[in-house]
Amino acid sequence: MSLKEKLVSSYLAFESHLEEDSHVHEIRNKAIRTFEENGFPTIKEEAWKYTSLKSILKKDYSIFPKGNTAVEFKDVRQYFLYDLDTYKIVFIDGIYSSFLSDTTHDGLDVCLLSAALNKPKYKAVIEAYFNKIASKNSITSLNTAFAKEGAYINIPKNKEVEKPIEIINFSTGNEAALMVQPRNLIVVGENAHVQIIERHQSLTNNAVFTNSVTELFAEKRAFVDYYKIQNDHKNASLIDNTFVNQERDSNCNVHTFSLGGNITRNNLNFYQNGEHCDSTLKGVTILQEKQHVDHNTLVHHISPNCESHQDYKGLYADESTGIFNGKVVVDKEAQKINAFQQNNNILINDNATVNAKPQLEIFADDVKCSHGCTIGQFDEDALFYLRSRGIGKKESEALLMYAFANTVLETVKIPELKRRINKLIANKIGVNIGFDI
Amino acid sequence: MAKFTEDDLKKDLKDKEYEYGFYTDIESETFPIGLDEDIVRAISKKKEEPQWMTDWRLKAFEAWKEMKEPNWANVNYDKPNFQDISYYSAPNSKPKYNSIDEVDPELLDTFNRLGISLDEQKKLAGVAVDIVVDSVSVATTFKKTLAEKGIIFCSISEAIKEHPELVKKYLGTVVPQRDNFYSALNSAVFSDGSFCYIPKGVRCPMELSTYFRINQAGTGQFERTLVIADQGSYVSYLEGCTAPSRDENQLHAAVVELIALDDAEIKYSTVQNWYPGNKEGKGGVYNFVTKRGLCEKNAKISWTQVETGSAVTWKYPSCILKGDNSIGEFYSIAVTNNFQQADTGTKMIHLGKNTKSTIISKGISAGKSQNSYRGLVRINKNATNARNFSQCDSLLMGNDCGAHTFPYIEVKNKSAQIEHEATTSKIGEDQIFYCNQRGIETEKAIALIVNGFSKEVLNKLPMEFAVEAQKLLEISLEGSVG
Repeated sequence: MSLKEKLVSSYLAFESHLEEDSHVHEIRNKAIRTFEENGFPTIKEEAWKYTSLKSILKKDYSIFPKGNTAVEFKDVRQYFLYDLDTYKIVFIDGIYSSFLSDTTHDGLDVCLLSAALNKPKYKAVIEAYFNKIASKNSITSLNTAFAKEGAYINIPKNKEVEKPIEIINFSTGNEAALMVQPRNLIVVGENAHVQIIERHQSLTNNAVFTNSVTELFAEKRAFVDYYKIQNDHKNASLIDNTFVNQERDSNCNVHTFSLGGNITRNNLNFYQNGEHCDSTLKGVTILQEKQHVDHNTLVHHISPNCESHQDYKGLYADESTGIFNGKVVVDKEAQKINAFQQNNNILINDNATVNAKPQLEIFADDVKCSHGCTIGQFDEDALFYLRSRGIGKKESEALLMYAFANTVLETVKIPELKRRINKLIANKIGVNIGFDI
Repeated sequence: MAKFTEDDLKKDLKDKEYEYGFYTDIESETFPIGLDEDIVRAISKKKEEPQWMTDWRLKAFEAWKEMKEPNWANVNYDKPNFQDISYYSAPNSKPKYNSIDEVDPELLDTFNRLGISLDEQKKLAGVAVDIVVDSVSVATTFKKTLAEKGIIFCSISEAIKEHPELVKKYLGTVVPQRDNFYSALNSAVFSDGSFCYIPKGVRCPMELSTYFRINQAGTGQFERTLVIADQGSYVSYLEGCTAPSRDENQLHAAVVELIALDDAEIKYSTVQNWYPGNKEGKGGVYNFVTKRGLCEKNAKISWTQVETGSAVTWKYPSCILKGDNSIGEFYSIAVTNNFQQADTGTKMIHLGKNTKSTIISKGISAGKSQNSYRGLVRINKNATNARNFSQCDSLLMGNDCGAHTFPYIEVKNKSAQIEHEATTSKIGEDQIFYCNQRGIETEKAIALIVNGFSKEVLNKLPMEFAVEAQKLLEISLEGSVG
């Protein structure tokens, strides 16, 4: 039985256990039909031209995790921002771990989607936001049909959240192969400020296939910083679908750090629905061995006087493959748009591959849109300069890599997080320097 | 004089009708509409082709029957009904002419109205013109001068008869019959086109030029061009198109193959001004062209195109950089107005070491048109030290048009250096203000800016063509280019 058939037939069983109202139930039914019709995307689809899911889909995943996996805090402490007080929502194999989490209902909601879906007091919010901006394509629909657990964050008007919120997805792989489908819903109210860190981290080498969907709504003048850290083991694959809806004067930044995993696909979509929105999409990708990361971004400028900035840096070693498929759409009514897109790549080995497709689709005339894309290698002179000053080859390369990625790193606003990412990068490259220069 | 504003320009653009729309009444011999094996055989027979050629066509037709029309391009149009087209049409006066005087005066008049005076060109420009009116070559000039150098420049049907060894060796090697839907169709039914062979070490003394023209109602034109530059030779080839105004959509599916052997250089320039349809978007030519060149060692192929016409353009002149140190270049201006749609760009496939490619693409969209750049730069694993620079700029005039870029970059070698830049903008108010401030009126300022915008490409055109290109830009964007 193929994974698709298995999922479709499992839905019937899943459906019978649902307790929620008919509104969400209807959305689920519709979503599973979409998935049943279209199945998993193949390389014949333009958007998936460079990423084949074939190898992932062959495995026999268990769809409903058994849970009760015990994880000791001391084993996973290093994956938290332990030197900082944060709200935490932690999932182990897709199941909420109350022991590791630190949620709140005091002045803001940092809790679980399962609670929001089932409790009547959240009904209005769910009806207003759930599945409103998530695209209705096959892979997102699959998540919608099975959406059960994930983070639910609701920041009320004028609230400045004093500490960052961490959403951490651990996978233990206690089962041979596991498929998890987290679903996050984040509503940031008018004039509210929040910083969110989302991390995917596998603890063992077992196969995990994650199909995650996050919907983020930034209301008027909201200010959102969102950091994604993807550091899975090499048998873990991730499809991360993020949809951001921005109202007027809102400011939204998403940083994606892709350092691990087998196949990682990031679908990051921004919709600017009001004037004077500002969107920033940045990413650093460092790959080795046979890793494969595909960044697929969309910024849809619907309203005038907005800005968007994209900056993706990629460093590819061994037989890794990096893909950047960035798209900027400017609607006819969206005049006075400034949209910038930058994609720089360095190939470290001959067997690495980069495929880039920076697209612009522009229907308004009074706009400034540009994109730049470069592919190259280390500057020999710069390497020589560093080495002539007694810095080892590996360290010199690491410094150059760090400098290359710095335009992304420098805009990380939480110093502790920045240090942590620096360390992750150092580990990844295999050097022991702090980059605290 | 009243102040000329951008709104006036927009209005001008909207009202601008196709200037060259007229219909020459020459009795044509036209095949019944439809396409099947018999028609393919009949075309081949009509052209008095040898058996191998007929078989080649039939093979292409077999392939075509199984293929589907591509629909990935960013264009919308009513799909042509391929059984509703007549696949062969030739002017009636069959015998070939030795001098211009023998040519049908009505036909000459057509060319005169197009501003292509054969006599003038013979005398002034030194251009040999192989005029193609509805698929049959009518006049070839300067043949003798070329023959002295050993250069073969004739219609492809003549080449099939007289130089079968060359045609057999190279036809379909760069664009295989099954390459795509339209190349398969073209391979099956092509009626005529040009053939050019430059022998080893010869530098072609003049620009070779062909004018294509669709003239008979309801006939698709399927041109086939084959240019071979032997080792160390050089040729500059010009191609220009104008088509009469007509409401029915016409299909143009040409195939151009360029082969540059070791150390050879081919410069291929196109000015395309097929009928773009009227301002309601009715009619106009469908231009679905496959153009590709193959570079051997140290060879260079340079494509320059000025695209102003056609209702739908779907065209990607490409270079396969097979030999080490070979160079591919692509310079393009695409102007779309009213309801025109253009999806054009290039492919640079780097296979050899130290290969270089340059892409400069300028898109100007006005009216309700859609203008897309779609390009591919691929660096294969063994192409060490490959270098590419791409720049695609779009200029938008008005609020109803669109500009799109779809660049694909695929790199499998770490020593490659790729740069890609794209910008989209309109004519800036500050730019116009700057000019105004220095006493340049708005109309002139716009002309200046558009000229400056396209200068990098216009500069690449040969002298003889630059004039015509300027003229076509003028027609497409009158009031903006001075």
